[in-house]
Amino acid sequence: MTELNDLKLKVLELLKEDARRTPTLLATLLGVAEQDVCTAIKELEDQHVIVKYAAVVNWDKVDDEKVTALIEVQITPERGRGFEGIAERIYLYPQVKSVYLMSGAYDLLVEVEGRNLREVANFVSEKLSPIDSVLSTKTNFTLKKYKQDGIIFEDHQEDNRLMISP
Amino acid sequence: MNIKPEALTDSNKAMSSYLSPLVREIPSSGIRKFFDLVGGNKDIITLGVGEPDFTTPWHMREACVYSLERGFTSYTSNAGTPELREAISEYLDEQFAVRYDPKSEIIVTVGGSEAIDLALRALIVPGDEILVPEPCYISYSPITSIGGGIPVGIETFAKDEFKLTAEALEAKITPKSKVLILCYPSNPTGATMTYEDWLPIAKVVEKHDLIVISDEIYAELNYGEKHVSFAAMPGMMDRTILVSGFSKAFAMTGWRIGYTCGHPDLIAAMLKIHQYTVMCAPSMGQVAALEGLRNGLGEKDRMVEAYNQRRRLMVEGFREIGLECHEPRGAFYVFPSIQSTGLSSDEFAQRLLAEAKVAAVPGNVFGLGGEGYLRCSYATSVSQLTEALDRIGHFVEKVRKEG
Repeated sequence: MTELNDLKLKVLELLKEDARRTPTLLATLLGVAEQDVCTAIKELEDQHVIVKYAAVVNWDKVDDEKVTALIEVQITPERGRGFEGIAERIYLYPQVKSVYLMSGAYDLLVEVEGRNLREVANFVSEKLSPIDSVLSTKTNFTLKKYKQDGIIFEDHQEDNRLMISP
Repeated sequence: MNIKPEALTDSNKAMSSYLSPLVREIPSSGIRKFFDLVGGNKDIITLGVGEPDFTTPWHMREACVYSLERGFTSYTSNAGTPELREAISEYLDEQFAVRYDPKSEIIVTVGGSEAIDLALRALIVPGDEILVPEPCYISYSPITSIGGGIPVGIETFAKDEFKLTAEALEAKITPKSKVLILCYPSNPTGATMTYEDWLPIAKVVEKHDLIVISDEIYAELNYGEKHVSFAAMPGMMDRTILVSGFSKAFAMTGWRIGYTCGHPDLIAAMLKIHQYTVMCAPSMGQVAALEGLRNGLGEKDRMVEAYNQRRRLMVEGFREIGLECHEPRGAFYVFPSIQSTGLSSDEFAQRLLAEAKVAAVPGNVFGLGGEGYLRCSYATSVSQLTEALDRIGHFVEKVRKEG
């Protein structure tokens, strides 16, 4: 586990809010030199703490709608490797967006994205279920996304404050 | 009173002639005037708001909702619920080292504004002079006048970081001086006072036997040395009526929950006025405030950190534009000088609004020493502030070319 100093933590928080913030802006907001921010970001990237800069997209707003399913997967762990090998086999598929090892009633939670229901169903029946160690799958289709990564999708809360106040 | 409009017309008597001269003679607020100019235009970026852009943290709102569901809708005791007064007492002791007895030295009020009104009404004998360092929050002088007192402004200056000095205070004292109103961290300048700054002020206060109303509503929004309450200065506890509340630090402006603390004799007098006018502060707001003190300090700190980041952005932004800007160490305002543009505060603010669609408050509305400055609140998102600075920069460039 990487131990981060205060500056790196603050940089991470500010970039998590808005990844487009420039080092110049971050330096101003934090009251430090721009070079320090650049160094911190570089180290965070090198340490693979910052993995990628991506937009959070509300696909429901786009014509090209996608279907997402959260699949609960029960598996038999492999001798010596536990769940790692199976997890890797699963996460390498491009249609798999995330894989989590879970405690509780099932072992892996697999997020799969497809263009339609049939595509996701085919992936489950043709790719996921036939894996030897997979004991069972339970597919839950996402009907609507309300919040992701701390961002509320339908939150159009307007600034109701008076334009000028004491 | 049942006066028919035609009766008024017949006698040619204006309705305003019924008003108390004390009220009639109070000029309307400069902020109000500017508010009317801005209107409901939504395309404007506003730096004119004197309140947090955060919503009251959810767990505090939820505590209020649950209390309503349980039917907690009745009056509380006049001074506020015992639980909230105890929590306020502990909070002030821990945060600012001032200790008040929750039973006899604290009243929960309808915002800090009511607390200031109570204090002034309890103290003023008509003709008393009330000293107010300016530029300052716009309400102190009018409330003083309504109470029959005479407001006496003490000008403060950017070269002193808008701090009050003992010399300036002493120069305004007369035999009629009775009360000194302090507001640090300051709205509109963001000025703060340190222990060393307060010491000579405390000596003058003692020498001239003044009572101090210390409005510390922005105490938590402090970005330099930790806030020093005037009540915590040696010998000042009994002379000081501390006023604060939840509006700014806990993002609770609309709830109207404030509090005031002081010597039991003064608090007892203020409680009389409070119980005969408002009875008690809203019960549901008191529930939310208590939840804030018990479980909301982390969120308060998070908001303060966000303000601090924006403060740096604004100070640096104005300096890059070429406008002098002293570094505010408290509240959420910057108070840049616009004197180098050759425009008055009013002209600058009005043209900025019309030509750059940015609303800010002209400094002159805050009293002596405010002319030549602009109050800009940074209680707005970083992206809005960045855009506002960009627009102000272009506007200033244009004005300079004209000159």
